[in-house]
Amino acid sequence: MGLTMVEKILARATGRKAVRAGEVVEPKVSLAMSHENAALVINQFLEIYKDTGLMPKVWDPDKIAIIFDHRVPAESSKTATNQKKIREFVAAQKIKKFHDIRGDEGGICHQILPENGYILPGTVVVGTDSHTTSHGALGAFSFGIGATEMASVWTLGRVLNVEVPRTIKVVATGKFQRHVLPKDFILYLIGLITAEGANFKVLEYHGPAIEKMDISGRLTVCNMSVEAGATSGIVPPDRETLRYLREEAGVKGRIDIFGPDPEAEYARIVEIDVSDLEPMVACPHTVDNVKPVSKVGKVKVNQIVIGSCTNGRLDDLAVAARILKGKKIARGVRMLVFPASFRIYQQALKLGYIADLVKAGAVVMNPGCGCCLGVHQGALGDGEVALSTTNRNFKGRMGNPKAEVYLCSPAVAAASAITGYITDPRKGGK
Amino acid sequence: MARVVLKLGDDISTDIIYPGRFMATVLPTETPQYAFADFPEFNARLKSGEIPPGSVVVAGKNFGCGSSREQAASTLKGHELVIVAKNFARIFLQNAINLGLKVVVCPEIEAEEGDEVEILPDKVINKTTGKEFKVEPLPKARQAIIDAGGLIPYTRKLLLEKAASRKKA
Repeated sequence: MGLTMVEKILARATGRKAVRAGEVVEPKVSLAMSHENAALVINQFLEIYKDTGLMPKVWDPDKIAIIFDHRVPAESSKTATNQKKIREFVAAQKIKKFHDIRGDEGGICHQILPENGYILPGTVVVGTDSHTTSHGALGAFSFGIGATEMASVWTLGRVLNVEVPRTIKVVATGKFQRHVLPKDFILYLIGLITAEGANFKVLEYHGPAIEKMDISGRLTVCNMSVEAGATSGIVPPDRETLRYLREEAGVKGRIDIFGPDPEAEYARIVEIDVSDLEPMVACPHTVDNVKPVSKVGKVKVNQIVIGSCTNGRLDDLAVAARILKGKKIARGVRMLVFPASFRIYQQALKLGYIADLVKAGAVVMNPGCGCCLGVHQGALGDGEVALSTTNRNFKGRMGNPKAEVYLCSPAVAAASAITGYITDPRKGGK
Repeated sequence: MARVVLKLGDDISTDIIYPGRFMATVLPTETPQYAFADFPEFNARLKSGEIPPGSVVVAGKNFGCGSSREQAASTLKGHELVIVAKNFARIFLQNAINLGLKVVVCPEIEAEEGDEVEILPDKVINKTTGKEFKVEPLPKARQAIIDAGGLIPYTRKLLLEKAASRKKA
């Protein structure tokens, strides 16, 4: 009887030889991440210590990461005060993996963690953000939890009462057509298995199309795995994982590379040949309402968003810049670009992508979650339509329940910016 | 016995339960005002106090999908609503249990707004239609937290045990 990736990781994190799906375990946490909602975590953490006579002290300040990204710079005095409280807590508890609002080291948590080498294969990572599934791209078991659960992790250093999840094996074969990207693959998969198709399960990615995919693409795939309900997405680490960790993330220490056992037991196996995939679009108001771009019809767009933790990395900006270089964004369309981190922003500046995008008419914003969660930096008007490379299109998501959000790849977004309608990048803007 | 005060469909996201634009509000004492803020009529009824504690929200599949925001659970807990759904998204279910929000997994539930229902450990009885629906037990991993009255008291107990064993050693 073999073990899946996550069964192996949970065995290691509990000091056991093997654990099986359905067992209840309490794994040690290697990294615990929060963003602005650390304000609530701190409140719940202090609540745990209340009337105990003990001094509130986090279990290990080196294993906690806090990144400001959801509302940067603060959109309200309330947020600014929350951020101030968090800074004070970070200083008092000596938390070093803290990324404030800064042009040298700031950005979105799901980019900051990998690019700084905070995520290692085979470890357990938790975050108070549902898209913490992203870090499975580096072979970690990484999942989202609530603020009170995080307060418990800060206290004890382990996650309590975790039921070992079952795993769905996804095998991706074939070769992507030009202008078909990892985003199209994950949208297709979500459409296929539905928004609850992987609820309480892990999506483990295999096959030649995944092996050929770089870490940026794998981050996109694992990021959106939660949109199928998955506890986590995970890609067994390989040469590309090692390359990324050593060359891009600057990891110097030991890296353990291991995959699942060949005879591991899966809840289900899903095979997808990516050769036939078209660019895909998730239509309002659920992420599993997915159609090939050719079947979407003529949809006029008002706002285009490129960036976020899903598609704000250098290759995503490169795709958009290549399509938009020397072109103009259609009148009546506003395009907002959110690089995933300031490191990426600086690289994109150097390579001329930012200039290409701005000359075409795009507005390049500071790295952060921006308008994706509907707080600031690009709300939609009544009846307006957004086409976005972000990960959610729920009603009200971009701040207005009377607006619509479509999701797509950076190639579809950029091609549509030129025409003003949802457009197939393989045909270009005519 | 309790009354169904809201009936919802499948895939009700945390953006619907607690819209993102109110996320700067974090404290469980302050979040209840924004419950279902984009359903102004229902939100107003909640705030007016006309809906008694223990009233029932009935939903379809995948209730609480999307963001991990705990406000979605605390805002409902603040009104002492009971959520009966065909099933729940993972993080929402855990947040609900951690905060002591009453959630019931009832895969076949059929009930309309205004119906009277009785919630028992193993079934939900719709008194208005006379039909009964089986209840699925919550994940066994979470029972200890439910029994302790939520994750805060549960963790506090473990913390004190750890501190005591250190003292002994």
